[in-house]
Amino acid sequence: MKAFSRVVAERDNLGGTRLTVLHSESPLLLRRTGPTTVHLVGGGAGPLRGDDLRLDIAVGPGATLEIRSVAAQLALPGRDHLPPSRFEITATVAAGATLRWHPEPMIAAAGCDHHTITRVDVAEGGTLLWRDDLVCGRHHEDSGNVRLDTTIRYAGTTLYRHDLAVGPAAPGWSGPAILGGGRAIGTIVFAPDTMPATSGPGDYALMPLAGPGMLATAIADDIRPVQAALDPLCEPTRALAHT
Amino acid sequence: MSGMSLATLLVLADGRLPSGGHAHSGGLEAQVSAGRVRDLDAVADFLRGKLATSGLVSAAFAAAACAHPSEWAALDQGLDSRTPSPALRKASRAQGRALLRAARAMWTMPLTGRDLHQPVALGVVAAAAGLGPAAAAVAAAHGTTSGAASAAVRLLGLDPYAVHGLLARLAPECDRIAADAAARADDPVDDLPAAGAPLLDIGAELHATWEVRLFAS
Amino acid sequence: MHPENSVAGGALPHPSDGYTIPHTHGPEEVPHTHPDPGVDPHEPLTTGPRALRVGIGGPVGSGKTALVAALCRALGDELRLAVVTNDIYTTEDADFLLRNGVLPADRVRAVETGCCPHTAIRDDISANLDAVEDLEASLGPLDLVLVESGGDNLTATFSKGLIDQQIFVVDVAGGDKVPRKGGPGVTTADLLVINKTDLAPMVGADLSVMDHDAKARRGDLPTVFLSLVEDRNATPVADWIRTLVATRVPAA
Ligand SMILES: Nc1nc2c(ncn2[C@@H]2O[C@H](COP(=O)(O)OP(=O)(O)O)[C@@H](O)[C@H]2O)c(=O)[nH]1
Ligand SMILES: [Mg+2]
Repeated sequence: MKAFSRVVAERDNLGGTRLTVLHSESPLLLRRTGPTTVHLVGGGAGPLRGDDLRLDIAVGPGATLEIRSVAAQLALPGRDHLPPSRFEITATVAAGATLRWHPEPMIAAAGCDHHTITRVDVAEGGTLLWRDDLVCGRHHEDSGNVRLDTTIRYAGTTLYRHDLAVGPAAPGWSGPAILGGGRAIGTIVFAPDTMPATSGPGDYALMPLAGPGMLATAIADDIRPVQAALDPLCEPTRALAHT
Repeated sequence: MSGMSLATLLVLADGRLPSGGHAHSGGLEAQVSAGRVRDLDAVADFLRGKLATSGLVSAAFAAAACAHPSEWAALDQGLDSRTPSPALRKASRAQGRALLRAARAMWTMPLTGRDLHQPVALGVVAAAAGLGPAAAAVAAAHGTTSGAASAAVRLLGLDPYAVHGLLARLAPECDRIAADAAARADDPVDDLPAAGAPLLDIGAELHATWEVRLFAS
Repeated sequence: MHPENSVAGGALPHPSDGYTIPHTHGPEEVPHTHPDPGVDPHEPLTTGPRALRVGIGGPVGSGKTALVAALCRALGDELRLAVVTNDIYTTEDADFLLRNGVLPADRVRAVETGCCPHTAIRDDISANLDAVEDLEASLGPLDLVLVESGGDNLTATFSKGLIDQQIFVVDVAGGDKVPRKGGPGVTTADLLVINKTDLAPMVGADLSVMDHDAKARRGDLPTVFLSLVEDRNATPVADWIRTLVATRVPAA
């Protein structure tokens, strides 16, 4: 399945945000659910091998957009001879704009082969919260192969570049260097917000990046403790105050 | 690797090179303390994961810096963006600084920053020593496993022969990763490998807060 | 099931709650900043003569940290000094110096040695050199840097690439045979300190035997007896250092 969906948020005359483009192709269905909120409501399970999904997000100067999803994304095997499923997300955040990406987790079902490629460009003066949660296999199931390849640039410089691979194709992925037997991981990248480094308890750390921003990472046996660690950091902040 | 001096590569990759490595466990001390690494099998799992992630990234940046030493600042920034943990950035820069210090006594070094990330320093040093990107990459990949392996012997009292047996079995993987890395030495910085190991990041942050630690990282 | 899965599961320590109480880093873990990459800081940070570096080695518990504290007390007002420690307790020796009010925190650096205290002062001195350089860079010119080794055995000595002169500290509590045993520390140190003489009567150590053995081992190299509980300024050692400093060109 091929899909290309696109959303453009711009500041309106009243200081609010309007969506000048909201184009959806199945299964990447976008629905406006609040003044600054759009939900991914894609029905059915997927992506499957062979799928090629693209999502473009543009947040114009002074606008605010939050993207959530109604359900977890379940990456499934699909037919063997097909290439890995691909989900390519491109986002731009202009000066004075805010983008919050906070979908439900992706679940790597046994046998899946999936690749998410994220490229986010935040202009100087823009604000970003980018959350990705990943669960390695459904209940009592091996993990499939998933790669989350993320590039976040701020003011023209690469702030965060990370390629996480889990599943049988990734050597040592569940060993003590990568997930340590944990089955769920969540990350949030903030730009340009930063706070002092904190870590623990458990496999949790909040890390100031070398550039303007920080990363919070949590790993646990299942998604619940990951959410307990990361959700408080996703509470709406002053960045949304002007909406 | 035509025209390359194998002996020079051995000098550069020798664990006894005074380049600060002995004081770093490559993330192992944190995982030993967390109870995840207690025996040889767990060390093997640790090293395989580390090699496929930070080993690949180190090899790629060493190869790129060797091929393009004058690009050290951009490559150094590229490693900054791939190293979210402040503690790991500090450890990498401390080892880069120590390597450059040693190298200045060995070869004629170009001017660079003082606290380069270790893989970038390694690439610049390899170039100054007359080595090529493939050699720089293999030294980097080997270094990511040998340092942690030696820490495993010291921290867990493992049989050193068994640990070296492990290193010997990982050597073909080191070669493969180094070859991959060297093939990408001319790629734009953003396209170079970025394989991450979240527990190495978290472990390094936890480790940095300890009152008592044997290794610097 | 692929082999990776056999190591997974609930046996590993994953707290399922309590994530919200973060542990804050200590002050030395502030995010690392590095010099502007466009600037080359390679060249010596100061052009004038660098500080005299004195290594203080010797077995665990012989009184190295107590000696460092005494020297800070004795010399702190007349010399610009700083200390590098190699203890496994990254902050213990530094804390000791702080508690005793002999040295402010910014004048003490701790170096981790990866279970090999002798490696850090002899075979791979890079972390210690970095610490000395960082102290000189942050504090400005210094007259004296004391480098205390992690406690090791009688064979551990400092590299001449790291220090200019070394003091080896042994104590009488282990009996009077230590100087006779020799070893590179006792034999070649620029100054041998035999500490805790106040304990000699209690352990039945004969100081004249130790003196005789030390002379036999060390030829013309000096040996001093000391009790840091009685002489809180380590006067003979402080005098020895004063002479060394005076015979050097003072730092810029
Ligand atoms: N009785 C006595 N105790 C001493 C003397 N010097 C040091 N100590 C004690 O010996 C112990 C070990 O000293 P320390 O300086 O920490 O030894 P280090 O391991 O060599 O640094 C401490 O409890 C000191 O107070 C001394 O001259 N006489
Ligand atoms: Mg001590």
